[in-house]
Amino acid sequence: MRANRKVGIVGWGVYVPKWRIKSEELARGWGRDWNRYAAGIMVEEKSVPGIDEDTFTIAYEASINALKRARIDASLLRAVYVGTESKPYAVKTTATMLIDALGAGGEGRLTTGADYEFACKAGTEAIQSILGLVGSGMIDYGLAVGADTAQGAPGDALEYTASAGGAAYILGPADRSVAVIEASLSHVTDTPDFWRRQHERYPAHTRAFTGEPAYFKHIMTAARELMSLMGTTPEDYDYAIFHQPNGKFPLRVGTRLGFTPDKIKPGLITPYIGNTYSGSALVGLAAVLDQAKPGQKILVVSFGSGAGSDAFHIEVKEGIEEVQGLAPKTMDYVSRKEYVDYTTYARYRRMIRMLHDFSAY
Amino acid sequence: MWAYWQSVPAHWRELPARYRLEGGRCRDCGHRTLPEERVCPVCGSKNIERVALPRRGKVVNYSVIWNAPRGYEYYTPYVVALIELEDGTRVFSQLTDVHPEEVKEGMEVEMVIRKTRVSGESGLIAYSYKFRPVLR
Repeated sequence: MRANRKVGIVGWGVYVPKWRIKSEELARGWGRDWNRYAAGIMVEEKSVPGIDEDTFTIAYEASINALKRARIDASLLRAVYVGTESKPYAVKTTATMLIDALGAGGEGRLTTGADYEFACKAGTEAIQSILGLVGSGMIDYGLAVGADTAQGAPGDALEYTASAGGAAYILGPADRSVAVIEASLSHVTDTPDFWRRQHERYPAHTRAFTGEPAYFKHIMTAARELMSLMGTTPEDYDYAIFHQPNGKFPLRVGTRLGFTPDKIKPGLITPYIGNTYSGSALVGLAAVLDQAKPGQKILVVSFGSGAGSDAFHIEVKEGIEEVQGLAPKTMDYVSRKEYVDYTTYARYRRMIRMLHDFSAY
Repeated sequence: MWAYWQSVPAHWRELPARYRLEGGRCRDCGHRTLPEERVCPVCGSKNIERVALPRRGKVVNYSVIWNAPRGYEYYTPYVVALIELEDGTRVFSQLTDVHPEEVKEGMEVEMVIRKTRVSGESGLIAYSYKFRPVLR
């Protein structure tokens, strides 16, 4: 897909909570030996949201960082979409809170706003929508966020990876951007590999079925179709970022597509902070933009269970180096950390319920 | 039916302060307050305008809360602090992402938005400013 008017990234920002839990500690909580799982998951520790953090607070901090790099006033934003599968409210849009907190749409709050849900690709789906709005000339600037405080059932394999964090992207006309999204593409099918039913606290997944017919098939289809559209090959790209449910899958899918590990590793953040779901590929892209040079080409392919992939061909422009240092970088957040034990983790994630959680007393 | 321990309209009225740190500035003597006051506590003027306050400041003094009021039990122990913003405005706020023993007078802090009070399983989630040690 290509917009009538070229669209690019004007600013980007990341936020990752400071708390971490080691995979070893998670395994210990359930009497398991982490060494048996380490090679299969390749995530040594994951971020844990603080007791007062959720998708809105994460989206807010990432958006503030994006605004600093974009060097525009929030009042110019005319679309604010939050991609997440951990909405603070089942019904009340996270974007309403984000719009008011940022002052998007000016005093009159003249902006569209919505939450997107597509498992781990809700954030890139939000980008697709804003690409259309800016590309058609309906708006000049829009904000797309991918953020989650992901749920993994206690004791389940997902508990080793489900983490918290997010990334925000302000898109605008290409001539005002630091990286141009030359083309994008989406691929979606009904592939029930992972879901969470209404009113359930934790998702269900189909174990090995989440791999080949879901993650690998959708990412490879979207990546190949986009490269075919652009007439490019893996050699043409300086960086490749794939959705990162663990540390192993992105390297494997990238290698299968023909990318060398050195093009994948700069944007591979999950081994240090876990899978931030809607933030996953977008945090990886932010880590790459933090160090990218003008003229470099980036391929980004997200994946959301259910299932689908969004692919983007991005070219870095002059001026990116001026904005890279205007806000904390992804690795600043990755290295800002403090470990918690399983008990504190359970409290922060509100797995322990207190009297006042149930009723007024 | 007990979903609303806190007044929702009262929270909503405070959103400019809670989300964007918008306070009051006396047009006559320049004194600034958060939240916005109708009458200037320094000169008594009613000529007040709304202004966005700076998001950074320093801890002037603080206290550790071990026995929290209802709705705040989950966060204990937590720190409440008097903070002097970069323009001199003094703000009373909870601190976050910090252990009580790490807090010092003069510590540089910045504003973030965090959950302040959650009304059970079905009520309002109230968010407001808190301050945390500056990231960089």
